[in-house]
Amino acid sequence: MFEAAAFYLFAFLTIAMFWITVTTKHSLYALTALAAGMIFISAFFFILEADFMGVVQIIVYSGAVMALYAFGMMFFDTTRELHEKRVNSSLVFGLSGMAALIIVVMVSAPIIGGNIEAHYPILEGVGNSQQIGMVLFTKYLVPFEVAAVMLLVAMIAGIIMAGRKMDESYSELSEEEINTKNAEGIA
Amino acid sequence: MEITLTHYLVLSTVLFSIGLIGVMRRKNLLMLFFATEILLNSVNVALVAISHYYGDFTGQMFAFFIIAIAASEVAVGLGLLVLWFKRYNTIDLDNMTSMKG
Repeated sequence: MFEAAAFYLFAFLTIAMFWITVTTKHSLYALTALAAGMIFISAFFFILEADFMGVVQIIVYSGAVMALYAFGMMFFDTTRELHEKRVNSSLVFGLSGMAALIIVVMVSAPIIGGNIEAHYPILEGVGNSQQIGMVLFTKYLVPFEVAAVMLLVAMIAGIIMAGRKMDESYSELSEEEINTKNAEGIA
Repeated sequence: MEITLTHYLVLSTVLFSIGLIGVMRRKNLLMLFFATEILLNSVNVALVAISHYYGDFTGQMFAFFIIAIAASEVAVGLGLLVLWFKRYNTIDLDNMTSMKG
């Protein structure tokens, strides 16, 4: 009973938050709603007894990714209202529905098949984080290392791309100097 | 009233549709990134739910790697976005038509 109540509550909250994220006209509202939605998603992981995933979700998404977006938004003009693409909306909804239907078929195909065997079964009486560590550092060690290298590459790429010309402070330059610099940059 | 795997798959589908709607109607690139985060999260919910109901760890492992990929995608994407904004002073999709034939 508690599980059902929690599921419906968090399902409603998550859908509401993500709906706000994709429909609002203010980018700050979108950022806040997305952060809230991420935290509500982690509630599902806790209900599903995947404690480690829930904590990682909160730390990585609500902590790192949202902070990165917040810092990124400082570069952009966030006070301006967003303008939406006005395409044929029935087409948009139809295409989304069809794509989602295909996802359901893809995900439910093995359920209809029904003869799935667990490769790495979840054991009783062993903590979730402990088991994650056991599986991650034995069976998934190579993907784990590759993911580490990928994160390193992403970090260096982010620093090089966003950090270019960081030694010039635009706030100390006059309006003309900024204009000439921008003109040089475009040319 | 038992919550089954189907409940979670339906929820994941709904979230995925919301993300897709966002991808299709957003013009601001930053908002487009938010929509892709929603897509990735909805898939994570489905994977962890399947992992729970089948008693198999593979789903959680995949969700873990998806989170790692999402984090690096944000780092690289925001770097490119900042670079684009410095040069053209806008992040609207409609202005990115430099490859138009």
